Amino acid sequence: MPAIEILGLEKTYSVGFWRKKPKQALRPLHLTVAEGEIFGFLGPNGAGKTTTLKLLMGLMFPTSGTARILGREINDPVMKAQIGFLPEQPYFYDYLTAHELLTYYGQLSGVAAKELSRKVDAVLQRVGLPDSGRVQLRKFSKGMLQRVGIAQAILHDPKVVFFDEPMSGLDPMGRREVRDLMEQLKHEGKTVFFSTHILSDAEALCDHVAIINKGELRGVGAVADLTSSIHGKVELVWQGTAVPASLRSLGAECHVTGDTVRAIVSEANQDAAIEALRRERLRLISVTPVRTSLEDYFMQKLQPAEAISGARA
Amino acid sequence: MSARIVHIASNTFREAVRDRVLYNLIVFTLLMSGAAILVGQISIDIERLVVINLGLTAVSLFGMVIAIFIGIGLVSKEIEKRTLYTVLSRPVRRWEFIVGKFFGLAGTLAVNTFFMAIGVFAALLYVSHHFLKQDGWVLVALYFIVLQFLIITALTLFFSSFSSPLLSAVFAFSLFVIGSFAEDLRGFAGITHGLTRWLATGAAYLVPNFSALNVISSVAHAQPVSGRLILYNSAYALVYATMAICGAVLVFERRNLK
Repeated sequence: MPAIEILGLEKTYSVGFWRKKPKQALRPLHLTVAEGEIFGFLGPNGAGKTTTLKLLMGLMFPTSGTARILGREINDPVMKAQIGFLPEQPYFYDYLTAHELLTYYGQLSGVAAKELSRKVDAVLQRVGLPDSGRVQLRKFSKGMLQRVGIAQAILHDPKVVFFDEPMSGLDPMGRREVRDLMEQLKHEGKTVFFSTHILSDAEALCDHVAIINKGELRGVGAVADLTSSIHGKVELVWQGTAVPASLRSLGAECHVTGDTVRAIVSEANQDAAIEALRRERLRLISVTPVRTSLEDYFMQKLQPAEAISGARA
Repeated sequence: MSARIVHIASNTFREAVRDRVLYNLIVFTLLMSGAAILVGQISIDIERLVVINLGLTAVSLFGMVIAIFIGIGLVSKEIEKRTLYTVLSRPVRRWEFIVGKFFGLAGTLAVNTFFMAIGVFAALLYVSHHFLKQDGWVLVALYFIVLQFLIITALTLFFSSFSSPLLSAVFAFSLFVIGSFAEDLRGFAGITHGLTRWLATGAAYLVPNFSALNVISSVAHAQPVSGRLILYNSAYALVYATMAICGAVLVFERRNLK
């Protein structure tokens, strides 16, 4: 059974005050996320990521289509007890302390009273806020609030966790910790579905990604597959700053950085290029096939459909 | 009652306490103390009437202001600040959220009224040095005031479920004022004809009848309140508040949280 099944979920708003016009925020979306994986939902700002998450959380109602999480409908309370959700830029009841807030959320999620305090302490420890439990949230920084947000999402030991831009507001160390936490969740057998526009995070973490733009799904696949397609080019790296003239004649694109040079040549010219470097007695450091990065794939998928079909023609 | 409703109600009560809503009790205490001292010095034989009138009117007004100004933000503030997202993504049904919010604010008002009632009775004791049997009717008047709070809380919650805080405040306050003259409106409906009669009668029965729930003047004059009126008012407030909450639930169940 898939953890998440999105079956043609669609959302259209009416915009305008007098003459209302329909605006399609999400075109019919079909997506399946397997249990126990980290799934990245990528797209630029305004692509429809948050709308999709709100539809899945039952905060909005779809114009058409449906979705199932853990095999149950999206507003099923039994299912909701088994999921966690971190909204984008979360805001919490700032008159509460972190401990009180998490206790409240634990109560709403049906965590047993005798376990609640222990679970709250444990989750505060896990998100790096072991000493801030008794501090009112109005005194928290943005990064600390993001950590509290993550804590409330995982407090009740959910099977599926939804994070909307989880790295937002975090410093590099915090981002690293969140990445580690997401990997831990995966090792614990949980499914993590997170939206982001930071591709390096997605590339480092995700098993599968989906790319959405202007409410339309543009691509979906395993990160390993998307980043392994070879362009038919190789990258040569050697020590020094000299670029042999013969290499330029092979059509190499060369970039000098510090005391190393990187050159991209076609696979057909690989041997000739290595020979040219050997003749000049330059020290070759590496020869690597050029792979498509997630960023390349993302940029390609973000192009308008007409541009892609035009390019193909 | 669902445990989740109790937790939401407790949190609403805690929010009101932490937002220093109960600080109004200090102002109320100062008002009652000042009134009791002043009335004791300048009134002859009508000290009790003045203290009961002033005290119960203050209880009603303070509570109404709290009910309206907290009530208008109960739902809209949660949507605006997006605190609702982390609540409704849990196994909490939308109607449980509305009902929990209602009980939270109603509980706050009940506690507030309890302490104010102590203030009224203390002032009464100060001016007349002893309680009389008819002072028991003051408790009935206080009960009716609490019933008014239940109605206005349910109404503000209803308005808050679909409109902005400002509009909700305008609607709720207007209904409070019109409802305070509901008996006059019914009287007016009785002397008109045709379409005007239909409209006036409809309006008279649609607005909450706060005038029937206001027995402050008769209690101040030591007049008893009939058991029938207590029963009628209790049933009326219960039905009216329930209908307003059902309206709030109906609206909120369909609302997209953008």
